[in-house]
Amino acid sequence: MTDKVTQNAPQPQLLDRADVRVKHAEGLGGTISAFFDRVRSGDLGSLPVIVGLAIIWTVFQSLNPVFLSANNLVNLLFDCSTVGVIALGIVCILMLGEIDLSVGSVSGFASALVGVLWVNQGWPVGFAIVTAMAAGAVIGSVYALLLNRFGMPSFVSTLAGLLAVLGLQLYLLGSTGSINLPYESPLVNFGQLMVMPAWVSYGLAAIAGIGIFWTGYREATRRREAGLSAQSMAGIVARAVVIVVVLEAIVFYLNSSRGIPWMFGLFVGLVVAMNYALKRTQWGRSMHAVGGNREAARRAGINVRYIYTTAFMLCSTLAATGGILAAARLASSSQQAGTGDVNLNAIAAAVIGGTSLFGGRGSAYSALLGIIVIQSIASGLTLLDLSSSLRYMITGAVLAIAVIVDSLARRSRVSHGRA
Amino acid sequence: MTGTSQEPAPARELVLSLRGISKQFGAVSALTDIDLDVHAGEVVALVGDNGAGKSTLVKVLAGVHQPTSGTITFKGEPVTLSDPATALSLGIATVFQDLALCENLDVVANIFLGKELSPMRLDEVSMEIKAWKLLNELSARIPSVREPIASLSGGQRQTVAIARSLLLDPKLIMLDEPTAALGVAQTAEVLDLIERVRERGLGVIMISHNMEDVRAVADRIVVLRLGKNNGIFLPDASNQELVSAITGAENNSVSRRASRRAQAQESQP
Ligand SMILES: Nc1ncnc2c1ncn2[C@@H]1O[C@H](COP(=O)(O)OP(=O)(O)O)[C@@H](O)[C@H]1O
Ligand SMILES: [Mg+2]
Repeated sequence: MTDKVTQNAPQPQLLDRADVRVKHAEGLGGTISAFFDRVRSGDLGSLPVIVGLAIIWTVFQSLNPVFLSANNLVNLLFDCSTVGVIALGIVCILMLGEIDLSVGSVSGFASALVGVLWVNQGWPVGFAIVTAMAAGAVIGSVYALLLNRFGMPSFVSTLAGLLAVLGLQLYLLGSTGSINLPYESPLVNFGQLMVMPAWVSYGLAAIAGIGIFWTGYREATRRREAGLSAQSMAGIVARAVVIVVVLEAIVFYLNSSRGIPWMFGLFVGLVVAMNYALKRTQWGRSMHAVGGNREAARRAGINVRYIYTTAFMLCSTLAATGGILAAARLASSSQQAGTGDVNLNAIAAAVIGGTSLFGGRGSAYSALLGIIVIQSIASGLTLLDLSSSLRYMITGAVLAIAVIVDSLARRSRVSHGRA
Repeated sequence: MTGTSQEPAPARELVLSLRGISKQFGAVSALTDIDLDVHAGEVVALVGDNGAGKSTLVKVLAGVHQPTSGTITFKGEPVTLSDPATALSLGIATVFQDLALCENLDVVANIFLGKELSPMRLDEVSMEIKAWKLLNELSARIPSVREPIASLSGGQRQTVAIARSLLLDPKLIMLDEPTAALGVAQTAEVLDLIERVRERGLGVIMISHNMEDVRAVADRIVVLRLGKNNGIFLPDASNQELVSAITGAENNSVSRRASRRAQAQESQP
């Protein structure tokens, strides 16, 4: 075990390609057939949600041609961002196989706190925002404490939290019931009006492509130098080019209306950061491990309690952030904020986007995709002048389908040895 | 009933020393007053019937369970193994009987779990190379280290678990039935590996039901029976001696079977 790595010798064979039994995808055709193999074995990734989105968009567009207009889509992006940020926290919690039912209440509480501190008490707005986010973090740490110290299931503690925090929100708002946020303030502008200048949006789309190319290229070179198989240069370039073209086309279309909301930019930024944290850091690896097999993670020396604590705090903090964004979007902190379907939309978004309810499996991007599905349904039905009763029913049905797909995919993964 | 308890001259440093370790699970006494010594460069085989407490003892030493009473001395220092992280950081590595792998993670992630290289920006390439190196040393037949553990066979998982225990250059390795799921060639590899690990001066505790394997590598054989010490043997002890220590009777099903066969052979012309 002490001898040196005998890498890089003129081996005829790559280190990870010694076993002849394994099929390896070669070239573009191989990549495509490997993709189909993966899907068949139940490793669906984002496929179901993208197919679902295509169906939903086709149906609504054929019912009302305004649906896919740039104007409507920009509005959709504004609406996505608030609950989307909440759903991002839910992804973290589901990753551990836990649940947070109180995110709606926490978001409403945070919006009330900002309203009271900023408008009524005259605090600087930044200070009020930070305080509200910190309050969210404290709530999350309480759930983690209840779980770690008393073994209280998160289902119960967050259900209790749902009521308690809603009570706090009503108490804060007092008899008036709602606080209007000043229309001219930067916070409300951010939530309602601020869009990226065209050059910024084109630039960000290009940077995304360059980033994808650069990380792919670096990884491939390092792997090749180390004697491991690596993605072909053509594949990396093709992927980056396709992504840039698609993103720039979307940006171009949206720029024909108002453009990309900064609030949506913030949401996507958070998604990208979360994706990095979950995929590329030790913390993210530990999150996957604890969600997959808690006892195995503990025996590997992972501080399981710390992981639970960070996840619950992160979820509540993101819920508070989403609540603040929602207040900015509506220019008010009201008793209704965070009630109704906010909770379930956030959870549904994460699940519809492909994060498993069973723990150990999920991606930050599922919050983005899932919330776009949910807001598309909401927006499409609003355009058709249909009541919220129908919206609830359809969202419920989509959630049920998503959970069924999740369960079936899991069963298929088990039988294909990929659980 | 202490068997032949003359120890080999302990010229080498005492790595681990247990005195009076007991472990209670509610009303069940899984371990009672266990004493155990492991020296550097020594392979101690821990044998005993099912339910004798072998796995429980290993888990106590891995920090998974806390002993109800007794002292653990590691490299001359009394230690408290309050959680698995403590045991790992002291240099006690364990291959658990139930392996304790995360099925949703791939082979590389499992081997490096909790000890990832560059925590803020995982160094996947270096980890993959090191993983292949460890697996190749074990002559593992793993098709791909980027597949989730769920896709591997029992023997392959066993190898991954063993590879993981070697990652951190431990001082003491405990293997709980490491060869139970392995094929012939792989069992030989693991036994070879145990010998190599011993030559490097590590202490090894190995649990096995296979007396041949035990005799092949062990320097001492420690018998547990119903959670108590039941004799320490040298590998040249007879099967009869070992079996009666394990089962706790001269007249047991194994010896009865052996004598029946002997009689049957004698009665043949
Ligand atoms: N977590 C536990 N809770 C309660 N009893 C246990 C637990 N683990 C082991 N035991 C009991 O301890 C005894 C020894 O088990 P174990 O150490 O697994 O035996 P071995 O590995 O020698 O076959 C058994 O009687 C078993 O029922
Ligand atoms: Mg056992």
